[in-house]
Amino acid sequence: MADNSTSLRLWRQIPFFKREEAAVSDRIKDERRLGWVFWAAFSYIMALILLTISTNFLPYKDPAFQDYGFINSGLSAKYWFGGDALGRDIFSRVIHGAGISFSVAFTSPFIGMAIGLLMGMSAGYFRGRVDTVVSIIVDSILAFPNIVLAIAVLFFAGPTLPNLILVIAFYTIPQFTRIARANTLLYAQREFVMAARAQGASHLRILIRELLPNVIIPLAAFSLLVMSFTIILEGTLSFLGVGIPPPTPTWGRMISEGVEELVENAWIAFVPSIFMFLTILSLNLMGDRLRQFTDVKASNA
Amino acid sequence: MSQDPLLSIQDVTVEYTTQGKRFAAISGVTFDIAEGETLGLVGESGCGKSTTGRAIIQLPRPTRGTVQFEGTELTTLPYDQMRQIRQRLQIIFQDPVSSLNPRRKVKDIVAEPLVIAGISDKAEREGRVREVLTAVGMDPDITMERRPHQFSGGQCQRICIARALIMEPKLIVCDEPVSALDVSVQAQILNLLEDMKERYGLTLLFISHDLAVVKNISDRVAVMYLGKFCELASSLRIYEAPAHPYTAGLMATIPTIEAGAQLETAALSGEIPSPLNPPSGCRFRTRCPIAQDKCASDEPQFREIETGHFVACHFPLTGGTA
Repeated sequence: MADNSTSLRLWRQIPFFKREEAAVSDRIKDERRLGWVFWAAFSYIMALILLTISTNFLPYKDPAFQDYGFINSGLSAKYWFGGDALGRDIFSRVIHGAGISFSVAFTSPFIGMAIGLLMGMSAGYFRGRVDTVVSIIVDSILAFPNIVLAIAVLFFAGPTLPNLILVIAFYTIPQFTRIARANTLLYAQREFVMAARAQGASHLRILIRELLPNVIIPLAAFSLLVMSFTIILEGTLSFLGVGIPPPTPTWGRMISEGVEELVENAWIAFVPSIFMFLTILSLNLMGDRLRQFTDVKASNA
Repeated sequence: MSQDPLLSIQDVTVEYTTQGKRFAAISGVTFDIAEGETLGLVGESGCGKSTTGRAIIQLPRPTRGTVQFEGTELTTLPYDQMRQIRQRLQIIFQDPVSSLNPRRKVKDIVAEPLVIAGISDKAEREGRVREVLTAVGMDPDITMERRPHQFSGGQCQRICIARALIMEPKLIVCDEPVSALDVSVQAQILNLLEDMKERYGLTLLFISHDLAVVKNISDRVAVMYLGKFCELASSLRIYEAPAHPYTAGLMATIPTIEAGAQLETAALSGEIPSPLNPPSGCRFRTRCPIAQDKCASDEPQFREIETGHFVACHFPLTGGTA
């Protein structure tokens, strides 16, 4: 309360005609900072990535090793997050499982982004027939029920990591295409594109040198949001039993196995769920902040 | 008039399709620009000034008509030959900030025409960028590494001019180059254009809706109305003795600083008709104070009433009669 009235008094000391200016400059300052929420989310993701990488050289317990003395055991010094129904170390399984989630999250969106950029920028720049064809492709992708197609592909092509990555990448194409198209439309109307044409630049040169640097920034910020989408999709597929097969641990499968024990030993499903929840939340918070951040810069420029 | 003109435009029509209807943004535009001259092009918003400028640089190509530049026909020129010509035919736009890519450095923006022209020597490119930036009054050491949003509108327009000049073109289409700038900056940019014209031997097509600006910079002035030329004469002649009622109306709207002068507010009344459905006969007749029956039935030809003075009116205010 005391603080509040002090700031109000200070506010009243600012001459009337300068208040708007002060408010605007405060807002600009806020927009130039990423904020503590972003950095908290960033720290969580980085910590999880480091943990995942450390599985390659630190002596964690084997995620597939069954310790029959610790079946459904609670939290303990030996097994930090307890043991699951088969006596496996949940902590070790969670960080190994993060590896699968991250390998999907860091590859699928970029495959989708590459294809989305190609289609979206062509549609936004050439318009007309190209635009029609691209929107038909995008609508067709959206028309596939995603889980069903993924199950079919993984069933016939085999549930390997590369197949999983490609199937999930397929579903990120529409979002990237639409954002690339919208931003290309926006910038293609600017006079610097006309100026480049007047200098004799080819279409390819305009797309790569003039438009790509402007379009890729909002797209890169958006890719963080897509990462969380891919983690959910991977988790869903694993939960349904069509993801990477055992003994490789994945979050989705851990949750699905934990569901059977939900009544008596809730933490078995709870631990991987919490990790997945925090990961998706962090990626979304970072993505949202970065998107706002790049939007402001674009409108300033 | 004397030698072959640098640019010769015959009967150029540019059509667009809007809401399923085709309409002509400009129709039957004919004029020449002699080497070294500045032709001013004035008219109200939406009358086709910019379309005329863009038809010259073939963006987009005119629907009908011919555009000859240094004796070469541009409307039918293959793409790769057109690219060669573009180096000699540049354009400057109204919004200098939007004309520069916000994500690129000034040195890359200005050097871009050189890269497109295939000059691969980096040192040579940098030398020429420095030279041309200095010419337009920018300090290369400060400018080159920065991005456009670090400059003011006037400075951005200087950078645009530098980019247009770097290939040493013959003709520059200036599409309202000072309309987005403050009056004090306008004068600087106009002076710069004059200097550059002298230094590089340029020919300018200067498009503007600002009559005072055009008067100062142009040798000859053309007036457009609803996609057609109304009048074309020397700058002096058109401001002193306009023959077309529309030109006369425009001239009456220029504010003067003489004591006791009164602005003729009623000089031009009414709205511009839609170009989708232009009036029959003379396009200006709906707003013309001296319109008669003939104006609705016959379209006036763009004819020479005195040497170098063209007008499209059945009843010109000066010179010959119908």
